[in-house]
Amino acid sequence: MATHRLWLRSAALSLLFFVLLVGAWHLATLPKAEVQGANDEYAKLMGKGARKAEGFPTPAAIAAAAWQQLSDPFYDRGPNDKGIGIQLGHSLARVGLGYLLAMLFAIPLGFVIGMSPLMYRALDPYIQILKPISPLAWMPLALYTIKDSSISGIFVIFICSVWPMLINTAFGVAAVRRDWLNVARTLEVKPLRRAFQVILPAAAPTILTGMRISMGIAWLVIVAAEMLVGGTGVGYFVWNEWNNLNLTNVIFAILVIGVVGMLLDLAIGRLQKLVTYVE
Amino acid sequence: MAFLEIQDLRKAFPGQTEPVFEHIRFAIEKGEFVCIIGHSGCGKTTILNVLAGLDTASGGTVIMDGREVAGPSLERGVVFQGHALMPWLSVMRNIAFAAKSKWPDWNEARVQAHCQKFIDMVGLSGAEHKKPAQLSGGMKQRVGIARAFAIQPKMLLLDEPFGALDALTRGTIQDELVKIVRATQQTVFMITHDVDEAILLADKILLMSNGPRAVIAEIVENTLPRDRARHSMHHDPQYYRIRNHLVDFLINRSKLYSGSTEAPRVVRPGLEEGPAASGEAPTVAAARIVNLRH
Repeated sequence: MATHRLWLRSAALSLLFFVLLVGAWHLATLPKAEVQGANDEYAKLMGKGARKAEGFPTPAAIAAAAWQQLSDPFYDRGPNDKGIGIQLGHSLARVGLGYLLAMLFAIPLGFVIGMSPLMYRALDPYIQILKPISPLAWMPLALYTIKDSSISGIFVIFICSVWPMLINTAFGVAAVRRDWLNVARTLEVKPLRRAFQVILPAAAPTILTGMRISMGIAWLVIVAAEMLVGGTGVGYFVWNEWNNLNLTNVIFAILVIGVVGMLLDLAIGRLQKLVTYVE
Repeated sequence: MAFLEIQDLRKAFPGQTEPVFEHIRFAIEKGEFVCIIGHSGCGKTTILNVLAGLDTASGGTVIMDGREVAGPSLERGVVFQGHALMPWLSVMRNIAFAAKSKWPDWNEARVQAHCQKFIDMVGLSGAEHKKPAQLSGGMKQRVGIARAFAIQPKMLLLDEPFGALDALTRGTIQDELVKIVRATQQTVFMITHDVDEAILLADKILLMSNGPRAVIAEIVENTLPRDRARHSMHHDPQYYRIRNHLVDFLINRSKLYSGSTEAPRVVRPGLEEGPAASGEAPTVAAARIVNLRH
């Protein structure tokens, strides 16, 4: 009962904040009285048509732009004019691919590091040095060696999502309770079965935590990476709309990035719940 | 040759000058229930781990059924102190994990039927699909026992299995363990801190002196009838003779044997002259202190 009421009250409060925010925004961006008439021709020549209102866009303009974009998300009118759906698709594909490669690399290696104190000590300096490097710093190197901007984007996603997964997997594997390993030993469990049926489920919550952090970082980085390499993707979309001086679409894209990031996090959160156990 | 023979076992941890225990020798016959009692730090758990193959001794040998123990084996089931159930698996799956280790070729139905037998045996019918976190401490330890029995080992090793349970639960599970062990003729080696538990369960009680250089000081034969039960045992005057002997050892004599090289004395309290024959009253009071401490 009490929790139900709390839910209701928090929802109402959230709604109130939304109304206040949008209201304030609306008031702050009300269009000023425009000089009409003689200068119309001139204004048009200067690219100051009626459609591109000056100043910060109003909430209504954003809503209209969102409606327009979302009602036709997959249009493709040349390299500089693609629907938001297509751009998102490109970004998600890059993130997905880079992330998957990072998983394939980090989880097995994390297993090895977690199981062997020797490997842990030997590889620790490398991890400590490589981890704090901004993934975008790798971009020139990637572009030079790979010679393909799209694959370079994937590489940047790989390099940024690899560390949290690697470190968490190693930590989770190293922290598996001795008791469970002893049970496996007394039952003469073979190494592969032990890895998959004892260590993996025991370390899974920690590994998933690493995967969740990685996904968060990957989604942050993809926008910047796509701004840099251009061509396709939400990052490129944002930059392109900025070059068009279309702030309405920029704000719309920012909101889309936020919502998609939240959905990705929720999805991994679900997965995390599945493998979490109570001791 | 006995079923299990321990010869001159010694353990020294690196960096320590004196071994924790040395000259450990005893034997267990098939179907025998042996308890070992001693103060904390005398190396009981290390001995059990060596028997389990989880730890290695610094010297001496363990021979089970004519073969030297080297490493863990499915022939020895272990019940761990902290139950050691895998929390992501249900009761059934925990036991099935063990059964599948022993019989990898069995199909799912056969494994389930086999495990069900042992779940019923420890009185957990109906809880098959619960996760360990949903069980009480006593129930968890029952699962641990069922898991150890389910691989039908030649020998069972129990490391203070009831130490973390409340007195009532402990009593019930002890009764069940007695029933199961007598029905299955299982050979058991068990660590305990509880004198009454040892008298109820064990045929032979090994008394271990304090470490370092701990030894098995005495082997007490349990002279109570084998069908003794927890609720009537204390009416037998012989029970007190054994109990007083054990408590007297723990309180007064356990520190006297450090470094002794003599073979442990076999004692039958009350039936022969022993140090415990004198002065019953103070040791009864002392027994209470011992029980309070554990």
